[in-house]
Amino acid sequence: MILRSALFLSLLSSAAWSDEIWVTNEKDDTVSVIDVDTLEVIQTYPTGERPRGITFSHDFSRLYICASDSNSVQVMDPNTGEILHDLPSGEDPEQFVLHPDDVHLYIANEDDAITTVVDVETRRVVAQIDVGVEPEGMAVSPDGKIAITTSETTNMAHWIDTETQELFANTLVDSRPRHAEFTRDGKQMWVSSEIGGTVTVFDVETQTEIGKMEFEIAGIHPDRVQPVGFEFSEGDETVFVALGPANHIAAVNAETFEVEDYILVGRRVWHMAFNGDKSQLFTTNGVSGDVTVIDVASREAIKTIKVGRFPWGAAYRPTN
Amino acid sequence: MKGRTHISAAIFAALWGTSVLADVDVTIGYLSVITPPPPTLSRLDEIPENLGSAGAITGIEDNQTTGRFLNHNYSLNQTAVDIDGDYLAAAADLLAASPYLVIDAPMDALIAIADLPSAQGAMLFNASAQDQSLRSTDCRANLLHTIPSNAMETDALAQLFVSRRWDDIVMIAGTYPADTAYAEAMRNSVRKFGMRMGDEKTWAFDADMRRAASAEVPLFTQDFGDYDVMVVADEVHDFGRYILYNTWEPRPVAGSEGLTATAWAPVIEQWGAAQLQSRFTEAHDRAMAPVDYAAWAAVRTVGEAVTRTNSGDFDTLRAYILSDDFELAGFKGRPLTYRAWNGQLRQPIAIAHPRALVATAPLDGFLHHINELDSLGLDRPESQCEAFE
Repeated sequence: MILRSALFLSLLSSAAWSDEIWVTNEKDDTVSVIDVDTLEVIQTYPTGERPRGITFSHDFSRLYICASDSNSVQVMDPNTGEILHDLPSGEDPEQFVLHPDDVHLYIANEDDAITTVVDVETRRVVAQIDVGVEPEGMAVSPDGKIAITTSETTNMAHWIDTETQELFANTLVDSRPRHAEFTRDGKQMWVSSEIGGTVTVFDVETQTEIGKMEFEIAGIHPDRVQPVGFEFSEGDETVFVALGPANHIAAVNAETFEVEDYILVGRRVWHMAFNGDKSQLFTTNGVSGDVTVIDVASREAIKTIKVGRFPWGAAYRPTN
Repeated sequence: MKGRTHISAAIFAALWGTSVLADVDVTIGYLSVITPPPPTLSRLDEIPENLGSAGAITGIEDNQTTGRFLNHNYSLNQTAVDIDGDYLAAAADLLAASPYLVIDAPMDALIAIADLPSAQGAMLFNASAQDQSLRSTDCRANLLHTIPSNAMETDALAQLFVSRRWDDIVMIAGTYPADTAYAEAMRNSVRKFGMRMGDEKTWAFDADMRRAASAEVPLFTQDFGDYDVMVVADEVHDFGRYILYNTWEPRPVAGSEGLTATAWAPVIEQWGAAQLQSRFTEAHDRAMAPVDYAAWAAVRTVGEAVTRTNSGDFDTLRAYILSDDFELAGFKGRPLTYRAWNGQLRQPIAIAHPRALVATAPLDGFLHHINELDSLGLDRPESQCEAFE
């Protein structure tokens, strides 16, 4: 009876063509699929061990998942939840980024101090690049020419020339860099530092620091304000920064680098994904095991959705 | 094919890297003064031969990976000497090669080394001695401490007792100096957090016991009456393991056994610790112990200072390490810094049993007007250390 109604629900939801947010559950070895319209979990699929990084191919027909403890990147059919095959990924893949060419995955191998470049079509390793200790944050410039790896214990952003697959610059940042993003115009590259408590902005052309922001929340010790994941709003005007165990998302003015708002979310907030028109933001809250939905216009949390244990990464999938 | 080209290019770069002079070349010494453990009732515990030095090696490797991108080079000089041997000469040898020396030695040896003429103008790191007085009346300006003091650990436990409302506390202490020091630290911590130590007993059984320790414990603990938690001060790990589940009243056991407070434990996995644990275990084929962690933190302290100052100059590095700008990411969820009044590394303390982490101190609600981490151990007004002024 229960099974049948679940089946009915899933048929119903796919018939309704709702967009989805996919979330990896690090300690449940699953992905949860959230319906963006009903804000409910409509599917949970099993994955390899310790799933963390998650991203879709450009046509959203394939889902890539970093199964860290299985030492592979899994490729899933998002329509069926079936694992199609594994990609060679190097040891302990934690986070990755898909190149604009839709073919090359740049993968951070956390235990090996290596960034692995994999061709998703030939399923072969194209290059392995030595980087600092515990690589994690991964980004690629909009023109595809530069890839970034941040290393958590070396405390650097490593700049990779994607044509030669070699490092051309290494820039120091504050302690435990976690996440990196380019602005849409490709002129700036942003890096969050978890223990340093800062987000640093680099000028891409010169690889020099042009700004740094700090965060301050009344009643929370500065040591516990730990920037991790962040995303740019529509038009790159605002940056939403997850502050880890401070349990807040900061809304930062991307031009002045000033914090405009703090939004209370679940415990130890990690990463986030927007819906299609970027009117809603979905944050993964590691410790509380849920996802907070933020209304971007009002900057208010509107709902909490229970997912699996230790949700980590999030990715958006349109179905229309 | 392309992959292979890259691998050979990487090897070439590595060879090339070693053949040119580094911009900064830093050697760090590691000295262990080996003290044979006293006889204990159980022989289950194996003390690894590379205790401490394994942590230093992992620290050097971490420094080296970072140094590769900045043209900074690190190397480790290791020596081990028996406590009856000439450890002062060994320390002087290491200090002749480098002013940075990480030491695993008991307090008396540590002070003698710190007072060597060749140690003046050096930076020594204490990776194992937990004595309170080293952070107070016996402190030295050239001696930093990456291992927490006994008091930091017993304060952590006391905070947990307060938060669990286990305020009726009894204690059994052994008779070795380490046991009595731990017991004294526990008494102070209980008082510091507004509780009162109840009955105490001394475990002083010699060969005359005539029964297995486990058979002795129910009777031995019967006259404690009722209480909330039993503290065991058995730092040499002699009898403590037989107290658990053998007490007359069914109560939790904490201290040296059962629920312990420690700088590092294999059950710590949050805050990226899983990565340090797996890196260490892969390299050394065993779990990381507190002394390994303290040695790692000492070596990483030097590395972090070199990275941030881009300098190998001793005065520059020392000033940076003791400044407000210094912070070490130590896989404990907060930046680690040194206390300016006694050279102790501020750090969260894990409260754990062998299978899981129970809590991390400072616990929520234990506030401090400057830094919550200073609710653990000797705060500025409590320390009588004047060497850093």
